[in-house]
Amino acid sequence: MTTTLDPELEQLVYERPDSLVDCATHYCPGCTHGVAHRLIAEVIDEMGIREKTIGVASVGCSVFAYNYFNFDFVQAPHGRAPAMATGVKRVLPDRFVITYQGDGDMASIGMAEVVHAAARGENICVFFINNANYGMTGGQMAPTTLPGQKTSSSPSGRDIETQGYPIRAAELLATLDGASYVVRRSLHDPKNIRLAKKAIRTAFEVQARGLGFSMVEMLSICPTNWGMTPLQSLQWLEEKMVPYYALNDFKVHPAVAEIRI
Amino acid sequence: MARELWKGNEAIAEAAVRAGCQAYFGYPITPQTELLEYMSRRMPELGRAFVQAESELGAVNMVYGAACTGVRVMSSSSSPGVSLMMEGISYIAGTEVPAVLVDVMRGGPGLGNIAPAQADYNQIVHGGGHGDYYPIVLAPASVQEAVDLTVLAFDLAEKYRSVTVVLLDGSLGQMMEPAEMPPMQPLKKEFPAWATRGAENRERRMLSSIYLNPPDQEVTNLRLLRRWKEVEANEVRFKTYYLEDAEYVVMGFGSAGRVALSAVRAARAEGIKVGLLRPITVSPFPVQAVDAAVRQCKAGLVVEMNAGQMLEDVLRVNNNRIPFEFFARMGGIVPFPDEILAEIRRLAQGKASLEGHPRDRWLERVAAQA
Ligand SMILES: Cc1ncc(C[n+]2csc(CCOP(=O)(O)OP(=O)(O)O)c2C)c(N)n1
Repeated sequence: MTTTLDPELEQLVYERPDSLVDCATHYCPGCTHGVAHRLIAEVIDEMGIREKTIGVASVGCSVFAYNYFNFDFVQAPHGRAPAMATGVKRVLPDRFVITYQGDGDMASIGMAEVVHAAARGENICVFFINNANYGMTGGQMAPTTLPGQKTSSSPSGRDIETQGYPIRAAELLATLDGASYVVRRSLHDPKNIRLAKKAIRTAFEVQARGLGFSMVEMLSICPTNWGMTPLQSLQWLEEKMVPYYALNDFKVHPAVAEIRI
Repeated sequence: MARELWKGNEAIAEAAVRAGCQAYFGYPITPQTELLEYMSRRMPELGRAFVQAESELGAVNMVYGAACTGVRVMSSSSSPGVSLMMEGISYIAGTEVPAVLVDVMRGGPGLGNIAPAQADYNQIVHGGGHGDYYPIVLAPASVQEAVDLTVLAFDLAEKYRSVTVVLLDGSLGQMMEPAEMPPMQPLKKEFPAWATRGAENRERRMLSSIYLNPPDQEVTNLRLLRRWKEVEANEVRFKTYYLEDAEYVVMGFGSAGRVALSAVRAARAEGIKVGLLRPITVSPFPVQAVDAAVRQCKAGLVVEMNAGQMLEDVLRVNNNRIPFEFFARMGGIVPFPDEILAEIRRLAQGKASLEGHPRDRWLERVAAQA
């Protein structure tokens, strides 16, 4: 049965941003990669910079980000997205260049690349998805895995004696003079999602003004590998991850603080 | 343009600038560092991109990013640094974007030393990165040739969307010789249809080396292989010296070939009918030229500054037809012409053998001398 809507009453409140391709994604049900994609796409639409943006995909679940974003994309080796983005940006300084990286990608194998991109004040935006595990390879321990958290490679829970401590990447990058805007947000509820979008917008504005390196960390869920339902995952994020990974602005350059969105 | 005195590394850098290189990314390592230092001054002066990267991993991936925008881009390093670049080289090859790399080889393995060697031949020519890919590898034997081949490297890289390597040893990077620079080419204004520069008034583009569906990967592998067959058919380069009437042939690339030429001249002065075949493209390997020399000559000698890496490629072509001998210095030592002359005399005395492996016989001679 089809219902006909009264065009008088019909009002379009939600549509796919131009910066997203109209296609199904390979992400698992409940995964917040989709939310992060959408936020970035909305901001790019709002700023009207789709044709001037070049994305650098990383290796992880978001390896296929270039299939979902409707602008030019290149795809970096595992961890090297900030170096590749540097190469693109230095040749095309008037384009917007972004990386989209997971926690294994950015905070483990790619730590040197991101730290030095930040230290150089490379004028790029890094969007960092912290889901506390290696999603794509099946949920192994990541540098962000919480103490005691069970993963497929820390089956008895992360043992800080032998497996060390998680890395708070935003706090770490915020210590670098070249970084202008470094914040952590979360994608576990609508309010926080709105705050994340605002941070993404700010990061793009930083790049638009040539103010240097920006990084927005987004706490994310991985229901499949966490072995939880999406709802349980969102709750786990709020209860376990947020206390460890403070939602905060860790570095806001004075010139960035003046940006009004 | 007049001939001027140039240091090898700096000459390569200036040649790259004149070939229209728009971005350089590198990391210091002896005996290549002057190339990076020269670029750190020259590129910003021209408003072009220069970054001293955090590592060779960083540098090669910056090259990768810049290459995706369709501009001419290069990096340079020496052996241990080139090992770190192998990941990026494989990705660049898999994405089919052009890039130029200069490897100023030093003694190894490991940290080795900073003296001249040719021991990266296998890593570069036969692929140190993962997967089936085929770099074009140019091996100069003088500063002038390094200049000319650097320009050619950019042209070939673009023509075949390929990684092109200029492979030389530390002595060529460090030595000063007169050389004539090519004219300054304008920077590119038009970019290929695959370049990712922002999707303005066109469909989006993506550049990646991922083909998750095996049949798609196989299609790519076949495309790369067919393109390589084209390179093999069109781009083989080598030089011969005194080969027309030669009964014996010496083969060596780069500095080893150059020193061998002195030995060949000395042997000619003694009346020995010997010539030299010096591959300039060590990849694609000059198979037909080696084959022709084998057909013509009674015996051959391969001279290298490694443990016989190119030797294996020569032996494959020779296929046991004529006796070959081998001579090498390793560890950062350049062979003396006299040492090679002694080997040529042995050939002329009919001492070359088809028994066993040339490397083993050479090792026995070395042991006997010690
Ligand atoms: C050099 C290299 N090492 C290992 C891998 C295998 N690998 C693919 S994705 C991945 C982990 C990605 O995890 P993360 O960055 O946290 O992203 P997520 O999948 O969770 O979104 C690993 C280790 C690889 N592709 N390349």
